Amino acid sequence: MTDVVMPQMGESIVEGTLTRWLKKTGDKVERDEPLFEISTDKVDTEIPSPAAGTLGEVLVQEGQTVQVNAVVARIDEGGGAAAASNGAGAAPAVPPPPPVQAAAPPPPPPPPAAAAPVAPPPPPPPAAVAEEPKEATGLLSPLVRKMARENNVDLATVSGTGAGGRITKEDVESAIQGKAAPAAKAPAPVAAPAPSTPIGQAQPVARNRVEPMSNMRIKIAEHMVASKRISAHVTTVHRVDMTRVAKMRAKHKEGFAAQYGMSLTFLPFVARAAVEALRAYPLVNASIDGTNIIYHNEINLGIAVALENGLIVPVIRNADEKNVVGLQRSIVDLAARARARQLKPEEVQGGTFSITNFGSFGSVFATPVINQPQVAILGVGTVEKVPVVIDDAIAIRSQCYLALTFDHRLIDGALGDQFTGRVKAVLENWSEEVL
Amino acid sequence: MPGSSRSCVVRDLGRMSYGDALAIQQEIASERKQGLGEDHLLFVEHPHVVTIGRNGHEDHVLAPEAALRGMGIELHESDRGGDVTYHGPGQVVGYPIMDLRQWKRDVGAFVRGIEQVLIDTLDDFGIRARRIAKLTGVWVGESDETAAKVGAIGVHLSRWVSTHGWALNVTTDLGYFGHIVPCGLAKPVTSMAALGVKADSEDVKSRMALHFGEIFDFEMQAEPAL
Repeated sequence: MTDVVMPQMGESIVEGTLTRWLKKTGDKVERDEPLFEISTDKVDTEIPSPAAGTLGEVLVQEGQTVQVNAVVARIDEGGGAAAASNGAGAAPAVPPPPPVQAAAPPPPPPPPAAAAPVAPPPPPPPAAVAEEPKEATGLLSPLVRKMARENNVDLATVSGTGAGGRITKEDVESAIQGKAAPAAKAPAPVAAPAPSTPIGQAQPVARNRVEPMSNMRIKIAEHMVASKRISAHVTTVHRVDMTRVAKMRAKHKEGFAAQYGMSLTFLPFVARAAVEALRAYPLVNASIDGTNIIYHNEINLGIAVALENGLIVPVIRNADEKNVVGLQRSIVDLAARARARQLKPEEVQGGTFSITNFGSFGSVFATPVINQPQVAILGVGTVEKVPVVIDDAIAIRSQCYLALTFDHRLIDGALGDQFTGRVKAVLENWSEEVL
Repeated sequence: MPGSSRSCVVRDLGRMSYGDALAIQQEIASERKQGLGEDHLLFVEHPHVVTIGRNGHEDHVLAPEAALRGMGIELHESDRGGDVTYHGPGQVVGYPIMDLRQWKRDVGAFVRGIEQVLIDTLDDFGIRARRIAKLTGVWVGESDETAAKVGAIGVHLSRWVSTHGWALNVTTDLGYFGHIVPCGLAKPVTSMAALGVKADSEDVKSRMALHFGEIFDFEMQAEPAL
């Protein structure tokens, strides 16, 4: 058996993603024949097989990211020939450890017993590492060095459990915890953030499940954190009497549905009012570029749409040219196509202001995050009937909270409230005909 | 290093389809893998083509294939690293076919080196471009958040011999990028022309070859006359 390892592709490269197996378990493979492909930083690399034989076990699945020198598979030479090494990466011959579950991909949870190696394999013989000369500090990943330095761990005293006796992150963690590293815990660590379980204890059913983020989730995460870092977020909340709009909506609801084949919601009214206020206060429709303010002549309204596993903000272009019917139609159309993943790229670009309707999920008010490079976002709370005092009498009114998050770099509190006040005024004194 | 004796042949393929250029790359690369031939820097301009790299997801191509073909855009799967991208007229595409065993044997350094070639080239035309950590490519713009990509990179390695490389937008019609980009959170693309710089592709290529030689320690030589 020859271990196939993730090769060292460069000084700064500590891990790579296995993108494709070019052979399947049981396939014959020649020495130096391409065996799998890895991806590191926009570079795709074919990795040749270190030995001729049959591809035995595959320990790392496509899509998994593993550290350099981690064992990804084993080649069964059949004749028991000595391990051959290849140019791209050393393949230390280590006695076959028992099959250990490869890492943390999302496949169905294994039965609990499978997680723990039953009998510890013999420690790797020192001779096995001879072909890749290694001093105490050689072949250490930058992460390991850094951890050791920061925690005052003398690496010479740490016994490595990785491929070829290499010191892994887990070994350093054990040393930090004052626990002796286990004699051998092969194979080499797989990079996915495997929680370090105390060694020697029976492992109970896993408490955590590790799953890679979707591309969209990664982008959303980056965008949200970036936005919080860029903008000075401030949220102001105004209470809005929606009674007039509610009456207008009730009056036209059926006719609207009959005529346009979709229901009439509160959102297009709020959008229409926001457009009015954006016209009055163009700074809220602006964006910042370095030390310049860019005023946008177009009012392009982003409407946040919740997807099954994320969100997207399609844009109603030239929203100021649309009435309530046009806005409602755009909202329904964009939301439907967003959920069907049929939006064109230009339909999610160029927004100048956004609206998020968390009220549809029952939220009274929230503090939304600005959709960069815009400078404000209006959050619409749920519309509900409440008792209010009018002229010292108690009346039942439809009411909602509008929360405006604005970028205090550009918009002062006074402007934020003037803007929101204008939205409120338009809604409370609704005068435009709907149909 | 001064006195370098490594040499690299610069060959301009002119306007050539993605598939034909790939065949030429592979021919040179297969020689290099056997220790034969010479390192090359190929320049080419492709007709409209959308390519999907190894890490690419087909759903990052937004228009259906038939629609792309209808617009005269070819769709091509590619073994380079990276996601989906677009090549077309007005773009200077550079394909270094070189044996990294004779350079640094380091993919990270190779990619950073390519970025530097593009940054230095743009600098010659008065454009200040830069890197963004973890986002391979060459970018312009003050802040990371608003930066736009002007040069894209995607490389394939086999036995330390590189194929594929980079694409720099000189006068590219950026509208074509609209058919790819994933969700709306992707970063914008730009071109030298969009940045207000009128550059001739021939000048861009000659500056690029010069910087390529500086950074990868080559004597650059024009293709021997036929």
